Amino acid sequence: MTSKTRIPIQLQINGRRHELEVEPRVTLLDALRDHLGLTGTKKGCDQGQCGACTVHVDGQRVLACLTLAAQAEGRAVTSIEGLAEGDGTLHAVQAAFLEQDAFQCGYCTPGQIMSAVACIREGHAGSDDEIREYMAGNLCRCGAYPHIVAAVRQAALEVASSMETAS
Amino acid sequence: MRDFSYLRANSIDAARQAAALPGAMLLAGGTTLIDLAKCGVTEPETVVDITHLNGLDGITVDDRGATIGALARMSSVADHADIKSRFPAVSEALWQAASAQLRNMATIGGNLMQRTRCPYFRDPANFPACNKRTPGSGCSAIGGVTRGHAVLGTSEACIATYPGDLATALVAFDATVHLGDRQVAADDFFLLPGTTPDREHAIEPGEMITAISIPASAAAGRSTYLKVRDRQSYEFAAASAAVGIEFEADGRTIRDLRVALGGVATKPWRARAVEEALKGKVLEADTVKQASLLAIEAAVDHGANHYKIELAPRVIARAILKVGETA
Repeated sequence: MTSKTRIPIQLQINGRRHELEVEPRVTLLDALRDHLGLTGTKKGCDQGQCGACTVHVDGQRVLACLTLAAQAEGRAVTSIEGLAEGDGTLHAVQAAFLEQDAFQCGYCTPGQIMSAVACIREGHAGSDDEIREYMAGNLCRCGAYPHIVAAVRQAALEVASSMETAS
Repeated sequence: MRDFSYLRANSIDAARQAAALPGAMLLAGGTTLIDLAKCGVTEPETVVDITHLNGLDGITVDDRGATIGALARMSSVADHADIKSRFPAVSEALWQAASAQLRNMATIGGNLMQRTRCPYFRDPANFPACNKRTPGSGCSAIGGVTRGHAVLGTSEACIATYPGDLATALVAFDATVHLGDRQVAADDFFLLPGTTPDREHAIEPGEMITAISIPASAAAGRSTYLKVRDRQSYEFAAASAAVGIEFEADGRTIRDLRVALGGVATKPWRARAVEEALKGKVLEADTVKQASLLAIEAAVDHGANHYKIELAPRVIARAILKVGETA
């Protein structure tokens, strides 16, 4: 398969299959925002430095701005739009961000939340220091960091207790 | 970013053949290639995606050592229980590098191929002179803002710092880079700039990194990676050291010592003079501090990076005392 014009790709985003034709250089970030209208994922630096474009690919948090859309073919992509339940019930991390007021302008928030969900799942939210280390790839120019750490800490505790209840 | 052809390799041989064509480049995690394509530093005609190849992401550790597939992600290696216990410096070098997202993307093979963060190299629009990018065009860094530039291994053509953490640990513990059947010692895989700073790795067109291996050793088992930087996380090293130590039966005389420096040289920098000076000596703070100075005997600064010459031996000494004193 080689092409310099447009190539057909299939993407699985938030459980839905999408077929699109893109130039090979189109990133997953631009495919989400410009081709599929999923503008929750933000373009900050577009250079892998700020974390605003964080999405999950096969359950792992990655940067959509440094991932080619074509590379994501055959992988399950989750963006911020796919986090809440079908009935609108917010994910525990989304709810914790609201409760802890973990943002000011909100531009970095979708990336922060996607990163935090993975951070908790990876088991890297055991202490405030660990949260700060493993959330370091998400910059917040408003400086809402103390509240972001509080939100991740709260959500991590809720996820842990809900897992205990379930088992 | 200029457009390119996209080709998805379905076998190692197909990837090698495609990558040998003029203008073709291998694409793994993309954290270097897509970044540099956006900067206008690399302009591939064809991108050969190898991330859909199977069987290249394994991590095996036994009594002889570790073998890590080229497509293993940095995060998987950093979190691997046996890497943590038998090669702590390797795990620490990995989790202190980049961010969680980048570590989930970046592969071990790609990590070895990462390019310098020299701001002049990364900005062709404003700084056309760069011997690494365009051989013979000159060096914009020399005489420029040099705070991040190298003090060891530099040449008149280039003073760009090698930015990686992992390779510093690999060089310390005598790792081998596997290019299919051909094997190259990690220390030889990274080239000094000399008069050809455009040539950074001992890899030929049509070759591909398939794995790295690290021999087991007592020093690797008792090791650490100390990284000092401008902020606590998500930053390149101002100076770093991968250090491993093995004691004689008395628990205080040094039998084996490994020291490599990051963030201060044009390639991952093994400090053999420090190792030799301390082997056979009793671990003691003043002796260690004195010997650590041997690492920077040949150092040359370019003004603003002078602090690295003072910092590097302190980082080495702190790392040696840290692994040595946990007896």
